[in-house]
Amino acid sequence: MIDIIDELALYFQYPFVRYAMIVGVLIALCSSLLGVTLVLKHFSFIGDGLSHVAFGAMAVATVLSLTNDMVLILPVTLVSAILLLCSGQNARIKGDAAIAMISVGALAIGYLVMNVFSTSANITGDVCSTLFGSTSILTLTKTEVWLCVGLSVVVIAVFILFYNKIFAVTFDEKFAMATGSKAKIYNLLIAVIIALIIVLAMNLVGALLISALVIFPALSAMRVYKSFKSVVICSAVVSVVCAMLGMLVSTVAGTPVGSTIVVVDMVAFAMFCGIGMFAGGVRA
Amino acid sequence: MAQIICEDVVLGYEGKVVVKGLNFSVFCGDYLCIVGENGSGKTTLMKALLKLKAPVSGQILTGDGLKSYEIGYLPQQTTVQKDFPASVEEIVLSGCLNRCGWRPFYKKEERQIAEDNMNKLGIGRLAKRCYRELSGGQQQRVLLARALCATRKMLLLDEPVAGLDPVVTVEMYELITRLNKEDGITIIMVSHDITAAVRYASHILHIGYEPLFFGVKADYLNSDVGRSFMAVMGGAVQ
Ligand SMILES: Nc1ncnc2c1ncn2[C@@H]1O[C@H](COP(=O)(O)OP(=O)(O)OP(=O)(O)O)[C@@H](O)[C@H]1O
Ligand SMILES: [Mg+2]
Repeated sequence: MIDIIDELALYFQYPFVRYAMIVGVLIALCSSLLGVTLVLKHFSFIGDGLSHVAFGAMAVATVLSLTNDMVLILPVTLVSAILLLCSGQNARIKGDAAIAMISVGALAIGYLVMNVFSTSANITGDVCSTLFGSTSILTLTKTEVWLCVGLSVVVIAVFILFYNKIFAVTFDEKFAMATGSKAKIYNLLIAVIIALIIVLAMNLVGALLISALVIFPALSAMRVYKSFKSVVICSAVVSVVCAMLGMLVSTVAGTPVGSTIVVVDMVAFAMFCGIGMFAGGVRA
Repeated sequence: MAQIICEDVVLGYEGKVVVKGLNFSVFCGDYLCIVGENGSGKTTLMKALLKLKAPVSGQILTGDGLKSYEIGYLPQQTTVQKDFPASVEEIVLSGCLNRCGWRPFYKKEERQIAEDNMNKLGIGRLAKRCYRELSGGQQQRVLLARALCATRKMLLLDEPVAGLDPVVTVEMYELITRLNKEDGITIIMVSHDITAAVRYASHILHIGYEPLFFGVKADYLNSDVGRSFMAVMGGAVQ
């Protein structure tokens, strides 16, 4: 035990380990806060869908030989997220079907464009990097860490300030609209911050981990808690704890960070299922 | 001055007209019951009154100091999902949202309003319970309490008793009548229960492709439409 602590202390002397820890925890926190809303709005798979959109945009950027492909990827992904999330409860095609359509379409276009126009593209590598993160979480630069901190502060502040509105709009959009709340604006706001955090996180830790961070903590919390507030708080705590545990384990055991966090989240989910069944649900 | 005035309103979806020639006004303290067959456009009219849907032509005016967002609303079918984790308290309180504007949190007085409304509807002790674990009747009361938080003036109820057992149905009607009589809240209710409609309402709007009748209850009972509808529905006049 002492050995492990010593070993961890040693690792924490390296700035890249500290950076990874900070960014991991912040992304886990933000995505779990938004995860509750996303899961309840049937947008669990949005992380995955948007990563395919990003891939499509990247393919086009490569073909156009843009030097900085982010100028294309970021706006395209943002717009897709906003389109998906703002179509609201009245949309003809909604939730999972809309995400599936956009993601499959983008993937196909990306692949097609790359095949037709590009000769030397490493397609498998590109698909892999959008799924698992283009830069590994262990090679973050200081700028990226600050960007992440800034964005997280914004996301958390917006979430707290608009908490009641987010609840009302997620629970019953029609009623909120009928009684004169600016449901459209709130939906747009939610969409923008979700898109921002997903686009950022996708680049830092990969779409796979983002999807897991969105889904698992929210579902775990919903097994046990029955009010919106307690579900939000619980999922934030679960997410942060799991992310930290996962990163510690992966540092010590040398396993891949993203997948380790996902596995820890799965274990937590199983535990919450057990608690939920055993307690028959806490009244809170 | 009437709270709501409909002038030659035509309602429809994508060019297909559902109801036309709607002319009626609702005054403060009225209890209007909207009756009509399935698909005659009752819910569509509700949506139009709530400004969720624009009329094809004609206009819906609000007056007597009623803002269009000061209308409480109990939907026919809730779009609420089965597995949504929310406590009764949170849902009722969310009815106060339109009082907040850009203010991020609820004030003490808004929490008090929510609590009063829960007590008024007899769901005070359910405050901490999970919405999805309540019975249908209890859920309706929760949504009614939320609607009451959103208004002091007017309630729109779309089939508030659908799926409730006879005892609870009567309780629900009594409750609505009390809100109308004691608190002076204007009620606009859609109902298939013509017996209840003529017992509790002060005015009846019977809609079909063209509105068949609008007026006070006594006249409705003497009209041809009213008589034949009563005969079909087997309603016993009290
Ligand atoms: N979203 C929609 N798009 C197109 N047509 C619609 C839509 N909603 C309703 N309609 C049509 O409008 C007509 C009126 O529907 P509405 O829901 O207002 O009826 P209703 O009187 O409330 O019926 P019920 O008693 O069954 O509740 C129906 O013929 C229906 O097919
Ligand atoms: Mg209807």
